Amino acid sequence: MKNDSFVITIKKLNKWYGSFHALKDIDLNVALGERIVICGPSGSGKSTLIRCINSLEQHNSGTIVVDGREMIDSKAVHAIRAEVGMVFQQFNLFPHLTILQNLTLGPMKARGLSRAEAEDRAMTYLERVRIPDQAQKKPAALSGGQQQRVAIARSLCMEPKIMLFDEPTSALDPEMISEVLDVIVDLAEDGMTMICVTHEMGFARRAADRMIFMDYGEVIETGPPNEFFDAPKSERCKLFLSQILQH
Amino acid sequence: MNLKIIVAISAVLLLSGCGSSGAWGWYVIDPRTATGQENIYFLVSGFWATIQLSVIAAFISMILGLVIALPGMSSNRWVRLPPRVYVEFVRAIPLLPMLFWVFYGLPVILQSLGININIDAFWGAIITLAVSDSAFTAEIYRSGIQSINKGQTEAAKTIGLNYRQTMRYVILPQAIRRILPPLANQFIYIVKMSAFASVIGMQELTRRANELVVTEYRPLEIYTLLVFEYLVLVLVISFFVRSLERKMGSDESR
Ligand SMILES: Nc1ncnc2c1ncn2[C@@H]1O[C@H](COP(=O)(O)OP(=O)(O)OP(=O)(O)O)[C@@H](O)[C@H]1O
Ligand SMILES: [Mg+2]
Repeated sequence: MKNDSFVITIKKLNKWYGSFHALKDIDLNVALGERIVICGPSGSGKSTLIRCINSLEQHNSGTIVVDGREMIDSKAVHAIRAEVGMVFQQFNLFPHLTILQNLTLGPMKARGLSRAEAEDRAMTYLERVRIPDQAQKKPAALSGGQQQRVAIARSLCMEPKIMLFDEPTSALDPEMISEVLDVIVDLAEDGMTMICVTHEMGFARRAADRMIFMDYGEVIETGPPNEFFDAPKSERCKLFLSQILQH
Repeated sequence: MNLKIIVAISAVLLLSGCGSSGAWGWYVIDPRTATGQENIYFLVSGFWATIQLSVIAAFISMILGLVIALPGMSSNRWVRLPPRVYVEFVRAIPLLPMLFWVFYGLPVILQSLGININIDAFWGAIITLAVSDSAFTAEIYRSGIQSINKGQTEAAKTIGLNYRQTMRYVILPQAIRRILPPLANQFIYIVKMSAFASVIGMQELTRRANELVVTEYRPLEIYTLLVFEYLVLVLVISFFVRSLERKMGSDESR
C-alpha cells in the first residue's frame, strides 16, 4: 500500500516516563475508515499510545503523521487535534456547563461558528447519540451512559476524521455499557476511522477491522478479529484472552 | 454562637470595670461627656483609613496573585521558576521589616535610579500589604486551579481550545468556587496586618489609639476599644465570607 493511503502513520515510536520505557518502537498504520481495537493488560501502554496520537502525551522519539501532517511543532499539534476526537474513560464533561454548552464550546471558540450554527450542529449530534431531550441539563443530572454519549457527541461536534476511545465503557455500570457501545458501532458503520481501547470483546468482534494486542509497551500481536480470537499466535495473547473471556 | 461568647466576655469585662473604680477609667471614652465623645470620634474615624488600606491592598494582591500563579503552573520550568522564587522569597519576609524597607529604603533606590517618587505612608503601607499578601493569594489561586481534574484540561485540548480559552471557559469558572472563599478569608489577615501601617505614621485605627494613649494615659480602656473595633470589622467580614462560602459551596454541578 502507498504511504498516503494511511490517515495515521506511526514509526518507531518510543515513550519514556523517566526511566520507565512505556512504548517501545511502536509501528502502526491506520487506513482511512479503519476500525481498530486495542487490548492488553493494565499498564501495557494502550492509553499512552492513543494519547500520543493527539499529543496529550509527548513522545520521545519516532514519528507520528496524522492526515499527512507530521507532529513536530505546536502548529502541527493544533492542526492534528482538529482532526482527532477523543473520548475518555471518565467522560470529562465540563460540569459547570449545560449539555448544550458542552457541545457548542469547541465549535464556537475553536472554530468560530455562530451560536445558532453551533447549537444546530449540537442538536444534530445529540439526536445521533439519542439524547436530544437532555440538552438543557447539567452533566451531573445524567446517568453515566448518557454522560458518555454526550462526551461522544461533544467530540463529533468538532467533525473529526478520526475518533480515539480510551476504555469508553470501563467506568459504566454494566446495564449502561451497551447503550454506549451501540452508539460507537453506529459510528463505525458510518465509516468513521477509529481506534478504541477496550476489553469488550463482543463489541470488538462486531465493530473491529483489526485487533491489536499490547503488552509491556509493545505491539505483540495484530490481526483481524476472527483470527485474533480463534487462533491467537503468541502465548501472552492466549493467556490474556483466556483471562478476560473467563469473566 | 461565636457572637454569644464574645458578648459574654465583653459583658464580664465591662461589669468588672464599671464596678470597681480602681482599675478602669471609662470616662476617657464615655459617650456621655464631651471629651469622651471627642475621643471616641477620634478613634473611630480611623476606620476609614483601615478599610481603604485593606481594600486597595487586597485588590492589588488579587491581581498580582493571579499574574504570579498562572506562569507558576507552567510545564516549562524556566517559566515556572521566577514566580516560585517570588512566592518563596516574599513569604519569608516578615511584614514589619518589609514595611520599613519599602517606606525608608525603596525611595532611596528609586532616587538613585533618577525616579523622583515620594512614597507616603498610605502607599508605602499598601505596597507592602499587597506584595506580602500576593504570595498567599498566588498559592490560593494555584491550589484552586490545580484542584480541577486534569481531565478537564485534556478534554478542552481535544476540542481545540487553546490555553487562554481553556482557562477562561473551562478551568477558572470551576476553580473560582474554590478560590473565592479562601481569598475572602485572606482579606481578614490584610485587615489585621494593616495595623502595622501605624508605625510609619498612617492615621488608621491603631495609630489613633496609640496617639490618644500618649495624651490620656488610659491604655487599658483605649486599647480595649481598639480590640473591639477590629473585632467588629472582622466579624462583619466573616459574616460575608460565610455567606459566600455557603453560596459557593453549594453543589458545584448545579
Ligand atoms: N504520567 C505518568 N508518569 C509515569 N508513569 C506513567 C504515567 N502515565 C503512565 N505511566 C506508566 O506507563 C505505563 C503505561 O500506562 P498506560 O496508562 O498507557 O497503560 P494502559 O495500558 O492504558 O493501562 P490501563 O489498562 O490500566 O489503562 C504504566 O506502567 C503506567 O504506570
Ligand atoms: Mg489506560
